[in-house]
Amino acid sequence: MVEIDAKGIHYRVLNDRIRELVDRGEDHIVLRNVNGQRYIGDGITREVKIDIYGVAGGDLGAFMNGPRITVYGNAQDGAGNTMNGGKIVVHGMAGDVCGYGMRGGKLYILRDCGYRVGIHMKGYKHLIPTIVIGGTAGEFLCEYMAGGRVIVLGMFGRTPGVLTGDYLATGMHGGSIFLRGRVDRHFMGKEVGEVPLTEEDRRFLRETIKDFAREFELNAEEILDAEFTKLIPVTHRPYGSLYTMDSPIIRS
Amino acid sequence: MLYNSPYDWYYDFTVERDYDRCIRCLACVTQCSYEATRYDEERDLVYTLDDHCVGCHRCDAFCPTDCITVRPTERNVRPNNNWSPVHVKALYKQASTGAIIVTGMGNNKPFKNYWDHIVLDACQVTNPSIDPLREPMELRTYLGRKPDNINAIDPRAKASLKTTLGPQLILEVPVMFTAMSYGSINYYVCESLARAAVEVGTYWNTGEGGLPRSLYQYGHRTIVQCASGRFGVSPEYLNAGAAIEIKIGQGAKPGIGGHLPGNKVLKRISETRMIPEGSDALSPAPHHDIYSIEDLRQLIYALKEATRYEKPVAVKIAAVHNSAAIASGIVRAGADIVVLDGFRGGTGAAPKVIRDNVGIPIELAIAAVDQRLREEGIRNHAALVAAGGFRDSSDVIKAIALGADAVYIGTPALMTMGCTLCMQCPTGKCAWGITTNDPKLMKRVNPDIGAERAANLLKAWAHEIQEMLGLMGINAIESLRGNRDRLRGVGLEDWELEILGIKPAGA
Repeated sequence: MVEIDAKGIHYRVLNDRIRELVDRGEDHIVLRNVNGQRYIGDGITREVKIDIYGVAGGDLGAFMNGPRITVYGNAQDGAGNTMNGGKIVVHGMAGDVCGYGMRGGKLYILRDCGYRVGIHMKGYKHLIPTIVIGGTAGEFLCEYMAGGRVIVLGMFGRTPGVLTGDYLATGMHGGSIFLRGRVDRHFMGKEVGEVPLTEEDRRFLRETIKDFAREFELNAEEILDAEFTKLIPVTHRPYGSLYTMDSPIIRS
Repeated sequence: MLYNSPYDWYYDFTVERDYDRCIRCLACVTQCSYEATRYDEERDLVYTLDDHCVGCHRCDAFCPTDCITVRPTERNVRPNNNWSPVHVKALYKQASTGAIIVTGMGNNKPFKNYWDHIVLDACQVTNPSIDPLREPMELRTYLGRKPDNINAIDPRAKASLKTTLGPQLILEVPVMFTAMSYGSINYYVCESLARAAVEVGTYWNTGEGGLPRSLYQYGHRTIVQCASGRFGVSPEYLNAGAAIEIKIGQGAKPGIGGHLPGNKVLKRISETRMIPEGSDALSPAPHHDIYSIEDLRQLIYALKEATRYEKPVAVKIAAVHNSAAIASGIVRAGADIVVLDGFRGGTGAAPKVIRDNVGIPIELAIAAVDQRLREEGIRNHAALVAAGGFRDSSDVIKAIALGADAVYIGTPALMTMGCTLCMQCPTGKCAWGITTNDPKLMKRVNPDIGAERAANLLKAWAHEIQEMLGLMGINAIESLRGNRDRLRGVGLEDWELEILGIKPAGA
């Protein structure tokens, strides 16, 4: 294990040192006094444990594939941006656009998160990105979502019981959202619909919530003891009839 | 209601056959991917349904006896000075479908083309011209951030720079192949462009379709794109290319996103984009992590961090009204290359009204951006690449004299492989096998020949650029960049000359 005191260090210097350690084969790095330094774990492609004490800056773990990052504090915007694999655990709140275009791995946020989280998430074959939000998610959660899974608990944030903001899943065309409770229809995009949970969904929820609870030392049974709602897109081609060709060949 | 849309009466092309010469070989029938040309066995007759014809000239090109003529149809809409046939037909079409009209390629409206109103200078008597065939002529261009000043340890010693240069792209010809995604064009076209770029010493661009694994071998001559959909963007992909381009906008459709329909997301495309087969690939209009110049800076540096500051990062925007101010912001955000895509830029699919009416000409945009960056003293902080509507080497050299470092070409590159500008790209039925992923049609592009022809075009343009530099008495393209005194305007208004920063001919 290697410790770095990040106090007053520019992100570029800090990240250089992290990459140096990762290249050297270090498998556990602890960062103290982190105060908004951006891009920690950015683009790292092997398994390494990074513990962050303080507030992680923007684009935490962007493009990364493998590291396991734990933030003992809050994370700013863009955590898990276009992330390929690995795990980010935030013991606090996270900002806007976390998990943008995320393709794999896990992002656990204990408390609330900002706007447009999980936007354009996509799954591909064995890669099933998963986001769990313990508190309330901001507006436009899962906009353009194309794959993966998002769970919102609405339990551990500043507004317990409130799950999401407005424009939930607008433009969603893949993946699934699980809500602990219900969200009124008028908060959702017209592309999504509620469907009953399958056995597989329940198994997935149980496993993921157990893992989430283990990370934050919570009681999984208590979290699971509620009705969950599942949202999926009702069409994969929401705009299929919006266009026509400027040519004679496709006549409706 | 028994009613036919008037649209059905008006078609664009008539195919004529000289039946004395037709040998019923059926080449035209097999080549037509639009089911316009057919064969009636009973009557032993080859015929064309003119209302299915898109005017791509594929049948014409393959007829061994040269018996086919494709020409614009004479039976057309009633002449009217206000209502062009384009307007009339579009209106009928929309009355039938209630849908947005989608098209391909670049702006098809007769806007003024400024390249055709700009002429080059030449040496006469008082300064000697240079013969590029016998004297050295430098076309090499470096794209990337240049330092404000250069410190040498010992000014007399060669190659002892104290200043460290940021990462640069090295072009042997100041022309690159622009972003066209795997999906909008097929694998063989991507391979042709990649191999041509390697041969000539320039770059091709993946667009936002990702980089097929088998093309990683050309990575050193590849610009990888990171667009709003983030398709295929992985750490490996970012590190595979020579540079990364953040796509904000595209000249053919500024301000709107892209959409590869699910039926085009076939197996290999799905693997490269890393999305399930058959699912729609939607690229949102904005990057949702970029709502300001500060946000753009965050993504630029996220990409630099992910690639250890080893690769230049480009930011591509469509040329719009306030491009100059935006470009200044992009440079200050840390971009190493600014790409401007003018309103004649092509596309695989865009709403026609947007393609034809949004954005500004690249000529004016280059001049305005170059001027603004110079005034602010930051022109050297980033290279300027222009795109959108370049047709020949004279357009390229004029763009460089106006202030661009290099240009991107898309449509001309496809034309080397047979494109006849029929604008059917979005249909996925391209009879020339270019903008289609139909396994049968795409075989019509042979990457050996495609690479050779695309490389030939750049070689030819390079020779012509050398000739034009020579006649101006310039022996390095570097000396022409932003050298607007070597340009003059013909038939331009005062305001146009002022924005272009050039004098009228005769002055």
